[in-house]
Formats: sequence, C-alpha cells, structure tokens
Amino acid sequence: MSDKHAKRKSKYTLDRGIPGAFEGETITRRRFMTGTANLTGALATTAFALPALGFAIGPIFKSTPHRWETVGTVDQFTDNNYIPVVITLTPSIGEAGKSTAYVRKYNPAIDTDPYDQGTPFIAISSRCAHVGCPVRWVDASERFICPCHGGVYDLLGRRVGGPPVRPLDRFYTRVTGENVELGPRFSVNSHLRRFSPRDPGEPLDGIGQYLYPSRPGAQKL
Amino acid sequence: MPKLPAPPLPAPLKAPPPRPGESNGDGGPLEGAAHAGISVVDWVDERTSLSGAARWLMFRKVPKGTNWFYTLGSATMFAFLSQAVTGVFLAMYYRPDPAGGAYESIRYVTNDVFLGQFVRGMHKWGSSVMVILVFLHMGRTFFFGAYKYPRELNWVIGVVLLILTMVMSFTGYLLPFDQRAYWATIVGVNINGTGPLIGPYLSDFLRGGSEFGATTLSRFYAIHMLLIPGLLVALIGAHLFLVTKLGTTAPPWSKAESSPELREAEL
Repeated sequence: MSDKHAKRKSKYTLDRGIPGAFEGETITRRRFMTGTANLTGALATTAFALPALGFAIGPIFKSTPHRWETVGTVDQFTDNNYIPVVITLTPSIGEAGKSTAYVRKYNPAIDTDPYDQGTPFIAISSRCAHVGCPVRWVDASERFICPCHGGVYDLLGRRVGGPPVRPLDRFYTRVTGENVELGPRFSVNSHLRRFSPRDPGEPLDGIGQYLYPSRPGAQKL
Repeated sequence: MPKLPAPPLPAPLKAPPPRPGESNGDGGPLEGAAHAGISVVDWVDERTSLSGAARWLMFRKVPKGTNWFYTLGSATMFAFLSQAVTGVFLAMYYRPDPAGGAYESIRYVTNDVFLGQFVRGMHKWGSSVMVILVFLHMGRTFFFGAYKYPRELNWVIGVVLLILTMVMSFTGYLLPFDQRAYWATIVGVNINGTGPLIGPYLSDFLRGGSEFGATTLSRFYAIHMLLIPGLLVALIGAHLFLVTKLGTTAPPWSKAESSPELREAEL
C-alpha cells in the first residue's frame, strides 16, 4: 500500500513506468492532448457565448440620454388642478412609446414637503406604482384612480388606498422661455423623497430602496 | 454447353428469400412496389439500426390497468406540435414592428389571408388547450404517484417544461400588439420586477431597457419563436426518453399479484 503510494507520488512519467515516457516529462501526452482538446472547445464556446450574452443583457447597463419635451406654455396650467399632457417616453415607436403625465403649477400651500421647493411645476406620471396600469385624475374626488386593481392616490400622488407600494412617479420640470418642459422620470417614497426611477411594484420605504436597487444606467440629474 | 457454377455471393448481396405468401419477386407490379419499399427501409436500417430504436420506443410493456388518463402526456405533445406547425406558418406573415406593423400584420392574417383566421385561432386557442393539458397531465402524474422513484428526474423535467410553456404564453401574448397585449405585458414585466434584488434587472432584460421600447417586441418575438421552442423540443425529447426507459406506472388502485410460489412460501 505504502509502496504504491510512493510510486504514484513521483511527478515524472518516467518514474511511474509509463511506456514511451521522456526524461523530465511530468504529464502524459494523452492527458496533455485531452486537456488541450477540452480547452480548445471551452475557448470556442466562450468565444461565441460571451458576446451573445453581453449583447442580450447589455440594455440593462445602458444609460439613455435625458430628453426634455415641451408640453405646453406656462399660462396653460393652474396651481390647483391637473392638466393631462401626452409625452413621448420612447421615440419612433408610435403610440406604444407615449404616456400621459398630469401637470400643475407648484403651489406652496399644497406642496409643503421640502423636496419640491423651487420646482416650477409638478408633473405626475400616470403609471400606477402597483404594476404599471395607467391611472387617471378624477376631478370630483380629487384622486388618481387606477382601473386595474383599484389603486388610489391623493393630489400629491401619495397612496391612499389599494395595492400600490409607493406614490406615483414624477417627472423633472423646467421652464424655458414661455414653455413648460418635462424631463426624466424619478420615483419618490412616501415622504416624497426623490430616488432614481424604479419600476412599478418596487417599494422605496425602509429596506425597499436596497432590495430594489437603482438601475446601473440611471444618471442623477 | 455446361453452365459454370455461380460465384459465391456474400450474404448481404443475395436476394432475400420470398416472404410468406409471396412469389419470388415476379408477383406483379404491386409486389414489386412493396419490395422496393422494403428494400429502401432495409437500406436505411442497415446503416442506422433505427428499427431497434423504434421497437424500443413503441413496443413497450405497459402495466395492467393502463387507461385513458395515460394519454394526457401524448395529448400535451400533440398540442405542442399543433402550436409549432401553426406558429411556423403564422411567422410567415408576422412583422414584429411596434410602430403599427405588428398589429397590421395580425389584422391582415385574420381578415385577408385564406384560412388565416382559422390558423391563428388554432394557435391562439391551442395555447390555452396546451396549458390546460399540461396541468391535467401533471395532476395525473401526481395523483397516480408516478413522480416517485425512479421517476423524480422526469417530474423535474416536467416542471421545467411547465415553466417554459408559461413563458411561451407570456411572450406570445404581446405579439398581436393590441391594447390588451400591450397592457398585459406591461403588468407582466412589472410583476417580474417585484422580485427582490434581481427583479429590476430581470424586467430591464425583458424590456431591453428601462421603458417599453423599440426592441421589446422583437425581443419577445425572438424568445417566443426561437429560444423557448428549441429548449422545449430538447426537453420533450429527454422527457420521452425517460418515459421509455423507465416505463409507466400502474394505477394506484391496481393490486400487485404475487406468484403462487411466493404465496406458498409466505405460508
């Protein structure tokens, strides 16, 4: 037993009595050829699999440039009610790339939270924070109401009923001359603190902001 | 002049002896055609040994008590084949263009193409049929205890097939690109996104970006008609191989009969 063990321990093929062994050879030619063939196969597979995989998952890491879109003139909006405007989220795919935003002037009596100070306009996204159906502003009840699963939001877009996990998203706004422009989307938590845009259904309170991390391509405005 | 003896021929080159009830090769055109067919099959079989595989696949022993419930697996497979064939022909007309072309091509298939509404209907309703059959087949396997040793791996493959069938349903739902398709996909992708940690990346992968974009539809189309069907075919093959190798189970109500010798030994 100990004999055999000692014999095996030699790293030289010559010592191990392998036929055709050369002096100083530590790996049999059969093993070397097997390893080379396997390695070649692995390299060839990697050579097409890695680029294909990167191609498929690349969009996750892509950052899209900020777009600013004019949605109307300053005097078109009031500070106590929402006006719906159509914005283009993805250009050149027609209706499928469009969405609705609800816009009103900043009102210091309503927008008391510190995060909205200095924002000229409030633009609320119509994308429900539950699973993304389009909410509509119901004037009579002063609520945003979602048709799919009954999500209800107040004037500031904060959830007051139903399954949504956070307030409605918003868009950055700016005024250029007389025109009101909407910029990129951002998400808010229940205190209206701002976060980079998250998908619907992803809470931002507590550990939510860590369980649903910001996408790698998202840029700070 | 005396005839020279014929040279000895190796066995494969000799003409086969006549089959029972046949004359030797000169029994008219019908018999000649039959012989031609047989010799073609023989030619292929001699080079592939496929007849052994076919016998192994088809002439199996089945347990006593095998009943109509055991056809649910085949029914699921035929639902899949129907989906595959109708899907290939629908792909000849479909255009994954989100700016209106996709909806227009579906409208064209439904309204203008000869039998288009019928074939599209087969594909649309067939998908529901397939999902229902998958679940019935799964229920049969569960309630008959057919998932137990040594068939656990086949249960696992079956569960993967169920998931792939669901992925097919999900990705196929977007392709008509009407309002229902669009919003169902928005909701479905966002449900994917609610998974902690990897959810946001998964939904970005599905959409091909942070918003429903120009490539989302073609992404779903490629997954629906290239990626998942290939996996489905491969796994159905593995599923069938294991069914053939391991055999089917007897229904749980059929009692095993011990041989008389054993019964005596028990006494």
